[in-house]
Amino acid sequence: MPRRDDIKRILVLGSGPIVIGQACEFDYSGTQAVKALVQEGYEVVLLNSNPATVMTDPEIAARTYVAPLQPEVLEQVLAREQPQAILPTVGGQTALNLAIAAARQGILARHGVELIGATPEVIARAEDREQFKQAMIEIGLDVPRSHYCRSLSEARACLEDLGFPVIIRPSFTLGGSGAAVAYNREEFESRVQFALDESMDGEVLLEESVLGWKEYELEVMRDGADNFVVICSIENLDPMGVHTGDSITIAPAQTLTDKEYQRMRDHAAMVVRKIGVTTGGCNIQFAVDPATGREIVIEMNPRVSRSSALASKATGFPIAKFAAKLAIGYTLDELVNDITRVTPASFEPAIDYVVTKIPRFAFEKFPGADDTLTIQMKSVGEVMAIGRTFRESLGKAICSMEQDTHGFDIEPDCTDDELVAMLGRPHPRRLWHVGAALRRGISIALVHERSRIDTWFLHHIARMIADEAELAGGARGQVPPLAALRQAKRNGLSDRRIAKLVGVSEEAVRTRRIQLKLRPVYKRIDTCAAEFDSGTPYLYSSYEDEDEAEVSGRRKVVILGGGPNRIGQGIEFDYCCCHAAFALREAGYETVMVNCNPETVSTDYDTSDRLYFEPLTREHVLEVLDAEARSGTIAGVLVQFGGQTPLKLAKSIEAAGYRLLGTPAEAIDLAEDRERFGQLLERIGVACPRWGVARSSEEAFAVAQQIGYPVLVRPSYVLGGRAMEIVGSAAALDHYMRHAVRASPDHPVLIDEFLPHATEFDVDAVGDGTDIVVAGIMEHIEEAGVHSGDSSCSLPPVNVPRAVLDELREVTRTLGRELGVIGLMNVQFALRGRRLYVLEVNPRGSRTVPFVCKATGIPFAKIAARVAAGETLSALGARELVPDHVSVKIPVFPFRKFAGVDVILGPEMRSTGEVMGIGPDFGSAFASAWVAEGTPLPTEGRVFLSVTDDDKDQLVLAARKFHELGLQLVATRGTAAALAAEGLPCTVMNKTTEGRPHIVDALLNGEIALVVNTSSTAADRAASFTIRRTALVQRVPYFTTISGALAAGEAIAKVRAQRRPPVWSLQELHRRPGFTPETAPTVRDGYR
Amino acid sequence: MAELEHRGDTSEPAVLALADGRIFRGTGFGARGRVVGEVVFNTAMTGYQEIVSDPSYRGQLVCLTVPEIGNVGCNDDDLESERAGAEGLIVRSLSPTVSNWRARQDLPSLLAARGVIGIADIDTRALTRHLRRHGAVMGALANDGTPEAQLLQLARAAGSMEGRGLAHEVSTAAPYRFEQPTWQSTPRPRDGAKVVVVDFGVKRNILRHLVDRGLEVEVVPSRTGADELLARAPDGVLLSNGPGDPAALPDVIANVRTLCERAPSLPIFGICLGHQLLALALGGRTYKLPFGHHGGNHPVRREQAGSHAVEITSQNHGFCVDAGSLGRAGGAEVTRLNLFDHTVAGVRLSTRPILGVQYHPEAAPGPHDASPWFDTFAAMVREHRGRGHADAR
Repeated sequence: MPRRDDIKRILVLGSGPIVIGQACEFDYSGTQAVKALVQEGYEVVLLNSNPATVMTDPEIAARTYVAPLQPEVLEQVLAREQPQAILPTVGGQTALNLAIAAARQGILARHGVELIGATPEVIARAEDREQFKQAMIEIGLDVPRSHYCRSLSEARACLEDLGFPVIIRPSFTLGGSGAAVAYNREEFESRVQFALDESMDGEVLLEESVLGWKEYELEVMRDGADNFVVICSIENLDPMGVHTGDSITIAPAQTLTDKEYQRMRDHAAMVVRKIGVTTGGCNIQFAVDPATGREIVIEMNPRVSRSSALASKATGFPIAKFAAKLAIGYTLDELVNDITRVTPASFEPAIDYVVTKIPRFAFEKFPGADDTLTIQMKSVGEVMAIGRTFRESLGKAICSMEQDTHGFDIEPDCTDDELVAMLGRPHPRRLWHVGAALRRGISIALVHERSRIDTWFLHHIARMIADEAELAGGARGQVPPLAALRQAKRNGLSDRRIAKLVGVSEEAVRTRRIQLKLRPVYKRIDTCAAEFDSGTPYLYSSYEDEDEAEVSGRRKVVILGGGPNRIGQGIEFDYCCCHAAFALREAGYETVMVNCNPETVSTDYDTSDRLYFEPLTREHVLEVLDAEARSGTIAGVLVQFGGQTPLKLAKSIEAAGYRLLGTPAEAIDLAEDRERFGQLLERIGVACPRWGVARSSEEAFAVAQQIGYPVLVRPSYVLGGRAMEIVGSAAALDHYMRHAVRASPDHPVLIDEFLPHATEFDVDAVGDGTDIVVAGIMEHIEEAGVHSGDSSCSLPPVNVPRAVLDELREVTRTLGRELGVIGLMNVQFALRGRRLYVLEVNPRGSRTVPFVCKATGIPFAKIAARVAAGETLSALGARELVPDHVSVKIPVFPFRKFAGVDVILGPEMRSTGEVMGIGPDFGSAFASAWVAEGTPLPTEGRVFLSVTDDDKDQLVLAARKFHELGLQLVATRGTAAALAAEGLPCTVMNKTTEGRPHIVDALLNGEIALVVNTSSTAADRAASFTIRRTALVQRVPYFTTISGALAAGEAIAKVRAQRRPPVWSLQELHRRPGFTPETAPTVRDGYR
Repeated sequence: MAELEHRGDTSEPAVLALADGRIFRGTGFGARGRVVGEVVFNTAMTGYQEIVSDPSYRGQLVCLTVPEIGNVGCNDDDLESERAGAEGLIVRSLSPTVSNWRARQDLPSLLAARGVIGIADIDTRALTRHLRRHGAVMGALANDGTPEAQLLQLARAAGSMEGRGLAHEVSTAAPYRFEQPTWQSTPRPRDGAKVVVVDFGVKRNILRHLVDRGLEVEVVPSRTGADELLARAPDGVLLSNGPGDPAALPDVIANVRTLCERAPSLPIFGICLGHQLLALALGGRTYKLPFGHHGGNHPVRREQAGSHAVEITSQNHGFCVDAGSLGRAGGAEVTRLNLFDHTVAGVRLSTRPILGVQYHPEAAPGPHDASPWFDTFAAMVREHRGRGHADAR
């Protein structure tokens, strides 16, 4: 059927900030969908609050609204744009929920706009567990026994039938939020209550437990002609009980007979037809009892998902792109398979390799959080690896993790009995513990009994362990002979693991391999198991015979991606890598991408000319480079766009004789070496916080004494703010040295002067070796001490005099020149009083680059890529632009997913994503960002204030503002006294330790609209912990810094003055001329 | 799984030599020995047991493109025949274990029992690409230490599949009745309607599908004459799948032609080889495809104006009906088109209850999208029965 002509303009909904359960896979799917619709001649309008995405680039859609995904904003956009249709199926649960809300509120009807891809009825049937279950029963499919409850007492009654363990699920949440297992009555009561609170409509489902069953997922598509195809089957290594996003998963499914698989396929088709998904992609999850084969339908998502991104990458079949095309009327037989370009899309991919996905967790960032994996998703990212066999793919997946594990190299310090006991609890390291158990000779049967991991997987892991043992049993200090080495490589063992096992260096293994001509070949992912020729160079390595890389003779650049998403390194770096690929392709280079993150746009096969889906390790990257070097010229390797992961490889790449594009490894080293960098700053006369290195506790006290407390302490050997803390006294330092980090000559501790009440700045800039152009100056809203990734910021700064801004620019330029930056750089500054300090310089792309690009409309990542490849800033016409409007970025945290974790901000980064608010002034932009974050600032009600003595003077300013705006002040005794002294009316409220009712009661009763709560000591923090936690759970906005509170006051003032701020598209904003640094207004509506 | 029969792999070196000189070296498993046959690849991702036991693979060495093989072992329900099937099996990675609740035996044991020679640990993708480029070639496979030079010689000496009628070799020796339904189904009660299946190497799942639909199923040998067939008073005749070149079975073609002439209102359903034989009997022509269709993901489209209805089908054939020859074939029209290469996937006569499909509505292995063909056929059979066998008497 031809595409629909009655539609001219389509609004696509994005998924908002990166959160656990919804990550950059929706940037991938959204970008694909928008591009597909544009290609078909539609005018596409996009709404998404996440500035770090590729999809929100102004050149992707015709008009792009970086604004909250909220019904009111959606209605504003509909009123301005008047689209005929909305596509809600490529923006995750957020987009679906927004579409449903808009339908329920009559917004869609009011604007005469239809949903394409999924109707509200379909969404409700699929998402409402009771409706879904009913539908399954009607078509004769098996489902877990379950009951639907609206209260705790109803839930208790249902327990009789279901028994323990029992599954508790709220309706309408993403990533299984609020879902839990209860093994006893106590857990049952608390978890049911939590689920009732979480559920969008106050309903929960209690379900028969199928824990330990095998879990499968089918990724399917259906078109308007009722054609149904399975794109990919996925089998979870972790059995039922672990959220599929937290499970190690394998494609294709490995332990089903054809009879069982086809039965599952038939059932999937029945589900899709019954639910009524007529145009698009969706997934259906099944559980299978390993003993009897009984198969149960678990759930379906009527939209593209994280798994469909994985399935697309695993097969080469672009689900989101085709889902968009089906939504506008095409049928599958009318679409051409992108990879073969000769066969239609109406087929099922045939896979001749094995794909393994391993999730990546961040529990180390959340002390106190339970790392047991459950049916609520907790992972922050994932890696995917491809091998010809399961063993090869598993081995490569482990190497891709970026967690310093290169095989089964974790040996837990515990007895065999303890180890066996640990296997029963799913947790992030269980795979390695399985390996350790098998190494110790614990039987496969026992490992299976405890872990319920299918014996097929266990036998393969046992083979890998046997290979390891064989190597370890050979001659020490010698690289194994060819036969053993070949077997090890074919079974997925990394050079590093082999080196460790036989006691040689990784380089020795590599050198010997090269001598023996034991090199990987590159196979193609072609959707058809080689039945048809594939012109698409989507490649993976394997220790096989025939190579299909067909390396070109062109001049090429190799771009190294960022690896798995984790806190501190996420979508922002993928954005940079994609832009590098786009820019360098435009500049005439052949672009070669290497990455192992299936969620990203960078691993879409048409982002670059060639894609290697490979781990970002020295071994795998050097193999790719050697392969690409066989023909043509590698003009350079780009390591500065993908974050720390590729940067760490810079030296190895140079040592192997390849050229880095842009800033050389030497400059990177200079910026990271404290001693050398300190000398540089001294030479150019720029201040930095005083600092010292301690190699023992004694030294630490001496250094801290000399600098003066408070000091910032951290181990020198970790990145991303890990274990970084501010300590205010010798006693606190003692505690830190005893409990957090043990200093030693090999692992020194860095101690920096801490600058209280300083304002921080991030400056992004681009250098070409001669010139440095500032891309953007961002003023942090939180004071120094909060990790820059966790700070809110505004571009341009609004509280800062011209002289300071000029100094920021000047120092940035000097540093860029001194370091010899060619490409991107980021400098972090602190301003205390009138004194400017340099905190850090990173000669690489930073987390803020996409935000700066969206705020200014200048594609600095592209400019930087071309500069790194040799062009000059002046030739490219790059200059700094200060926008007239204000853009605010605020972080989004995963605290709700981790019960018992404090939400207070500190030097260790914990946010997973960000949202952007744009407005004519700071207040409007900040308010909009909070709406986008999901916690709109109140315009009336009671503000609770409880701050440390140090903060009381500053607080008065914020309190006065709240008071003037008509909000009532409520405070703890000390704070209230300080306010009263300034003549501010204030009600006293009990602390939690002062009897009831207290502040937590008030929060639970919905009596508090805003919380301002600062704390300096650990005791302080412990005492106020439940306040912050309750505010979080109750979705009451809270600020843990005074500057945050001041900014909130400013925002509330703007919202009160103008209830609904206007929405603008980026394209409109970017057409406005803006200012040069010289003409820009200086202090604009400052709030400090 | 204590009752599991396990023979294990031979772990002896094995060699596959192609007639064009290419050699693949791997590890042997299954039966020990050597075999010569046409090397083909199959892209199905499940169902190695069905493939190994499918008589249509007579004379062929099958390379499975899905790399992990043997994972779910073998069981009694998933056999497509008692004896005949592929003669060699070529895989990338043989499972070190069996994991499935249905398993009774591992794959090497099944192969050993059926005399099928296996080779593992070769670059099956390289082999597949070779076959795609050069077409299906003859090959010699050995895991018994036969020298490579000798294997090459054997492969080169072997004649092409073209001109080889193999159906009689794999057909049943004597007629039999069949009563087993498909896996996990409850058959419709029998009502006396009867189908006679001419066995050219029939897959059991075809018979099971007929049983599911309440039909009485009698299977007869490939050489059964038209008279004898009609004497069984069938309400319908099914011409089964089978191996080899259909054009090399002139006796069968003549027989089918007689059947059509003698019983003009008798429903006849041809599957795969049976479909090719029907086309030939009606005056059409068949030809050999370069490397055939063997897999579970082939899209075929219903050929009606404006139709976008696509079935994902199970396919296994090296020969094909020439679309251009159908004009001569008594008004046969194309009902289905293979969307991969636009070859004929189904025909029917507009004037008579005669149907043919090139693919496998019985699946096993493969998707079930095409199983409604059996409903169509069963309806034709019952309609014919309702009319009281007018022309057969």
